[in-house]
Amino acid sequence: MPISDAILNLETERPLEDGAGGSRSSFLAKDDTRDLLRFSTAGSVDDGKSTLIGRLLYDTQSVYEDQVRSIEGKGTTGAGSFDLALLTDGLRAEREQGITIDVAYRYFSTANRKFIIADTPGHEQYTRNMATGASTASLAIILVDARKGVLTQSRRHACITALLGVPNILVAVNKMDLVDYDEEVFNSIRVVFTAFFDQLGDLRPPHLEFVPVSALTGDNVVNRTTAMPWYSGPSLLEHLQSAPAAEGGASDAFRFAVQRVLRPNHDFRGFAGQIAAGTIRPGDPILVLPSRRTSNIRSIVTFDGDLSAAQAPQSITLTLTDEVDISRGDLIVAPECAAVATKHFTASLVWMDEKPLELSRRYLLKHTSRTVQARVTAVQHRLEVDTLERKPAVTLNFNDIGLAEIESIQPLVVDKYSTNRITGSFILIDPVTNLTAAAGMIRETNIEGHPTTTNAITAENRAARWGHTGVHISLTGSTAFVDAAERTLFLRGAFVVRPDSLSQETLAALIAAGALVLTNTTSDNQTVTFGEQRAAVTNVDDLVHFLEAHAILRGGPRQ
Amino acid sequence: MALAAPALTHLQLLEAESIHILREVASEFERPVMLYSIGKDSSVMLRLAQKAFYPAPIPFPLLHIDTGFKFREMIEFRDRMAAAVGAELLVWRNEPAIAAGTNPIALDTKRCCGLLKTQALLDGLNHYGFNAAFGGARRDEEKSRAKERIYSFRDKAGQWDPKNQRPELWNLYNSRIHPGESIRVFPLSNWTEMDVWQYILQEDIPIVDLYFAKDRPMYVREDSLLPIEQSFVARPGEQPRMVRSRLRSLGCSPCTGAIRSDADTLPKIIAELLSFRSSERANRAIDHDQEGSMELKKREGYF
Ligand SMILES: Nc1nc2c(ncn2[C@@H]2O[C@H](COP(=O)(O)OP(=O)(O)O)[C@@H](O)[C@H]2O)c(=O)[nH]1
Ligand SMILES: [Mg+2]
Repeated sequence: MPISDAILNLETERPLEDGAGGSRSSFLAKDDTRDLLRFSTAGSVDDGKSTLIGRLLYDTQSVYEDQVRSIEGKGTTGAGSFDLALLTDGLRAEREQGITIDVAYRYFSTANRKFIIADTPGHEQYTRNMATGASTASLAIILVDARKGVLTQSRRHACITALLGVPNILVAVNKMDLVDYDEEVFNSIRVVFTAFFDQLGDLRPPHLEFVPVSALTGDNVVNRTTAMPWYSGPSLLEHLQSAPAAEGGASDAFRFAVQRVLRPNHDFRGFAGQIAAGTIRPGDPILVLPSRRTSNIRSIVTFDGDLSAAQAPQSITLTLTDEVDISRGDLIVAPECAAVATKHFTASLVWMDEKPLELSRRYLLKHTSRTVQARVTAVQHRLEVDTLERKPAVTLNFNDIGLAEIESIQPLVVDKYSTNRITGSFILIDPVTNLTAAAGMIRETNIEGHPTTTNAITAENRAARWGHTGVHISLTGSTAFVDAAERTLFLRGAFVVRPDSLSQETLAALIAAGALVLTNTTSDNQTVTFGEQRAAVTNVDDLVHFLEAHAILRGGPRQ
Repeated sequence: MALAAPALTHLQLLEAESIHILREVASEFERPVMLYSIGKDSSVMLRLAQKAFYPAPIPFPLLHIDTGFKFREMIEFRDRMAAAVGAELLVWRNEPAIAAGTNPIALDTKRCCGLLKTQALLDGLNHYGFNAAFGGARRDEEKSRAKERIYSFRDKAGQWDPKNQRPELWNLYNSRIHPGESIRVFPLSNWTEMDVWQYILQEDIPIVDLYFAKDRPMYVREDSLLPIEQSFVARPGEQPRMVRSRLRSLGCSPCTGAIRSDADTLPKIIAELLSFRSSERANRAIDHDQEGSMELKKREGYF
């Protein structure tokens, strides 16, 4: 049935019935037991994401007639018909340009599950919005256009989704109607894409499924189709219905970040927060981090009465059997399975600010309910998301993804992201612009006081020896000025390198080795440039101050 | 190892997320306020605020932006609820505009809303110096709302830039703002109209009586049922009739039509909702003026 006819049929009543759509009785019951699945959708522009979501909403009776009427005759499907994509493309700019700029959230329900869809944009410049959508999803649908196969964008999205730890990935091979529902087309896409996922190694999602669909006609979206007898698997909605709604959670080691201390009177002192993992009961022993104080749970307090148990991700208030000094930002954990308190860790970063990462700068790092100052001390590599190649890099630019070393001023209590997406994640905020600069996922932690036993030399070791971090500084001025600058730095013990010509690779290698790489242009004006920072300098002292202000040079002259 | 616990229901999960948001904002902002509009969404938001800080009181005031066109029952309900939960209630009106006789019939609804809602809201927030304001808006209400972050950043003029929203990952909200800037916070972002009704049923949350069907005097114009309030201007010869009806969403009396309904209990309202074929804002004049009108209003500072 052509789509326009299908929608015009809305004229006739379409009562909800038990079955594929909603269950009337479950909506009416006070003890409704539906659970919740958050999923994101991703794909290249025009692969049919918006149409697919429109189709899911439409076929599960989740859109109202006036919403359908408001898109009549608009969009790309021509006069007198309905472009289902317009049900989700909400912003004016999007309707004008016919593309999706930002994440749109959509909701629908079936008899036993509520769904939250994060419909994410396909364009590369909106990668950060895609990461936003994927960060809370427990399932991701990645669309592939059957005619075009696996594209750069498809691989990009697959990589980001996996990086953000989405455990279930469902590849919807769309527009099967345009390839005569050909099994070969579907199979070859599956082979190619599976090979790509296998390359992800540790990051490969534990559950990967493929389903052939047509968003436009509805084949295999909600209902199984007869158009592809060679496919005997579930429809897309059936997959969504049966996927695990949340990761483990309740059976993992207890994690609870204190958001707020509640002291309504002298007799009550409660710690309010949301359980990040595990289950807790009155009497359970707990450990407070980073202070390492111990106590036991006295009660689990809620507005609806005390609970005999609570599990992730409930929001509760805990009282303890002892007077323990606890404040916002502390983590209450199961003592036998504590998280790691550390100032140093390795993390994947998705760089989200148009201003590139600056190694010398302090950022604000927000982790659970704690915000601290932190620096990115080194970039290990940049990930080429469509080929999964690791490229040497000295910084991360807008939409780059890489692995970096982070150093925080105060200790953070963390888990690896692969263990816990709440205690393993953080954001970096630019303290000047207040913009969210990066999303971080902790991959490795260095346990404080237990230095790693390898003999590898770290960026920190090098900085301690030379008195500066590895950087590229460019100067303008007379040759005499640059010579004087180089000599001053040399006398301070700096590892100064002043090459005549320089490739990006050599520069990266020198910086990784901890060198202060000086390049210069002869000019009447004396200036110094470091990353985006540029300043006029009247003499060499000025230059030294600039380098100290940007935390490149540390302390006084070295002997 | 703990025994396998029963899965939490979608309402428990939504509640947990909303409470987390309420606590985050109360802990990270100096001057938070809850915009209380008296409707069902505000009623749910208020209950969630009680839950978030229990046994402590709600640590921020409630602010009602009163256009002067609210139904009498709404105002009575507002005062009762604020007293019942023990919250401080502030009311802000754009008095100069009200004194000048601003109404949606003389002006168009867009300009009326601009003065009595948007301007009043911005002035009220400014007057008290609030830098974070909770609103009960949901993403399922309207297409531009579907794109709204939970923390919606507003510049010094209270405006929203939909093309340049801060990324919002996991449950890590960026609360950093410069002086004069503010954040609108939507703890009910992920709730649908149905979720709200089910939660009201499950939790026995009080709501304004106007939501329940009753015989009420109405002016009947074509398809519309127009409730009688002091501000209503009847057309010559027009007579009110008793109609069994209710309001599906509460707005200003001149711009909120009633619907014919027999739903006088919560289960009946939910059953009726399941049979509806148009969205809840369809009986509000403000969203229809213009393609993308909600987005335009939000850019100007509306919720
Ligand atoms: N023939 C066919 N066309 C489709 C299908 N899905 C989407 N389209 C069309 O492909 C175009 C792009 O779809 P849209 O949903 O906007 O893609 P998005 O950019 O991924 O959101 C539109 O013209 C749709 O009508 C499909 O299954 N079959
Ligand atoms: Mg789209």
